Amino acid sequence: MTRALIKRYGAVTAVRSVDLDVREGDRYGLLGPNGSGKTTLVRMLLGLVYATSGEIEVLGRRMPRHAREVLPQIGALIEEPAAYPHLSGRANLTLLDAAGPRVPGGGFMGKARRTRRQRVDEALEQVGLAGVGRRPVKAYSLGMRQRLGLAAALIRRPRLLILDEPGNGLDPRGIRDLRELLLGLNDAGVTVFLSSHLLAEVEQLCTRVGVLDSGRLVLQDDLAALCAPTGRIVVDTPDADQVAALLDGQVEHRDGQQLLVRYSGAAALNTRLVGAGLRVSSIGPQQRTLEDIVLSVTGAGSDQIS
Amino acid sequence: MITVELVKLLRRPRTWISVVLTCALPFMVAVFITVTHLVPPPGQGSAFLSAVLQDGALYPAAALALVLPVFLPVAVAVVAGDSIAGEATGGTLRYLLVRPVGRTRLLVAKLVSVIVYVLLVVLAVTFTAYATGVFLLGPSEAAAVGQAPGVPGGAAGGSVPGLAGQAPTAGQAAGGAVTSLSGAPLSLLQLTERTAGAIAFITVSMLGVAAIALFLSTITDSALGSALGALAALVASEVLVTLNAATVVQPYLPTRYWLAWIDFFRQPVFWRDIQRGFGIQAVYVVVLLAAAWANFSTKDITA
Repeated sequence: MTRALIKRYGAVTAVRSVDLDVREGDRYGLLGPNGSGKTTLVRMLLGLVYATSGEIEVLGRRMPRHAREVLPQIGALIEEPAAYPHLSGRANLTLLDAAGPRVPGGGFMGKARRTRRQRVDEALEQVGLAGVGRRPVKAYSLGMRQRLGLAAALIRRPRLLILDEPGNGLDPRGIRDLRELLLGLNDAGVTVFLSSHLLAEVEQLCTRVGVLDSGRLVLQDDLAALCAPTGRIVVDTPDADQVAALLDGQVEHRDGQQLLVRYSGAAALNTRLVGAGLRVSSIGPQQRTLEDIVLSVTGAGSDQIS
Repeated sequence: MITVELVKLLRRPRTWISVVLTCALPFMVAVFITVTHLVPPPGQGSAFLSAVLQDGALYPAAALALVLPVFLPVAVAVVAGDSIAGEATGGTLRYLLVRPVGRTRLLVAKLVSVIVYVLLVVLAVTFTAYATGVFLLGPSEAAAVGQAPGVPGGAAGGSVPGLAGQAPTAGQAAGGAVTSLSGAPLSLLQLTERTAGAIAFITVSMLGVAAIALFLSTITDSALGSALGALAALVASEVLVTLNAATVVQPYLPTRYWLAWIDFFRQPVFWRDIQRGFGIQAVYVVVLLAAAWANFSTKDITA
């Protein structure tokens, strides 16, 4: 999707040589601390910010050169949602849709206009704002504005959704609704690319993750591969000393009553320990969480001055 | 996109409030004149005011003269300055651009909506002023502009060549000169034509203001900053126009020929300054819009 992408703002290099690879049908989560360049990267993908060097390809076309063909197939939420506060949500969506090119995705002239009403209703329905009526956006809550921003991303029935921090301002129910909506869209063939610093959000939703740190893409892989069992067993036991003595050389790490053991399987290890008369309170394969992984590859956020 | 911009303009409460306020000033002035029957003596005060007691139909011209120095430029600068910067501050700019709306297209649409706004304000002022003039000040007594009594025709008429040479600095005095210069009375048709000419000229002058504000609007994300920047440019220009030491640069200042529309009410129409005024505004508009386009189409949108 991108190759050797670099963006400098004067002396500050926001994005350094990023090779992003998002495949069609992915649910891709871009993670990274604050200030790691996520937003700049997203803006470059959308042609808002011009790259200093490097290539960007979105939906098979070069950006920003082919923006006119590519962007109509993308729905985007870039940082906070935005709307004209004195107009209703519906009026905002209608205006935004009317502002776009007249021929969406090579359709017939006027096709967009004829389907506009229906698409706006559908988008409002999808994000749960169908019954909001004529209230002006300035009377909306934070969560409602976020939902409206999502609806704006959906009105053109995009092939690719690029969402920057989509969970901001949503309550737990809103986040669950969002997740279900995105999963449903993805099932229908929409590629979802989202950036977030909320690990849980990404862990529950995405199939692939990339991690940015100080403008570098330090990690990019399938989530399943990253969080696969490590082949080590975690054992909790009150008899930690005896266990350590028994398995001498195979214990990699010890933290109080918790041991990290290199062993062929949890069941086999359990049998051996119990057979030796040792008590085991819990035992299971070690599984790294996304948090462990991300923290291990990133430094402190750039908003932290040390 | 142009339709969308116009809808946005027309659905915005601010547009109508500013139109109403701009129309309210001439109305207020008319009420005071009707009650007191006091007008500035010919050759003093705002242009045309001295003549409106005799002919209410001339009040649109007087009203335009009232709102031109401050009200119109402020309103235009606010609307034009807000055009891009306001969208940037509100965050809607990035969503428009990824819709996608081409940057050039957006700029053109904004420009068209500013032009429509200027026309809206100027026409609203003209029509309300006409209604005010006819109903409050009475319809034309002589059905002619040129026959206002009490005008020292000889003196002002004799000063024509001098006036032509320094007309805009003497712009305030031109109000008195209009009626005296026109020996032949103006028919209602002529008056309408000339008012239309004046409206066109004022609109173009305001486009100069709009171009400055629009250009600044592509530089900063602050709508306030670009509106005030445009006004600062105008104030600077006004100061230099009245400064004798700055004669060298005066022909190139944006406000230099602003008052030339008064020449439409001379008989015959005095074209020289009108043409120069159109010319200089055209240059400002073209140069500044080109700069705005160059800046905006290569800019990183980080707001």
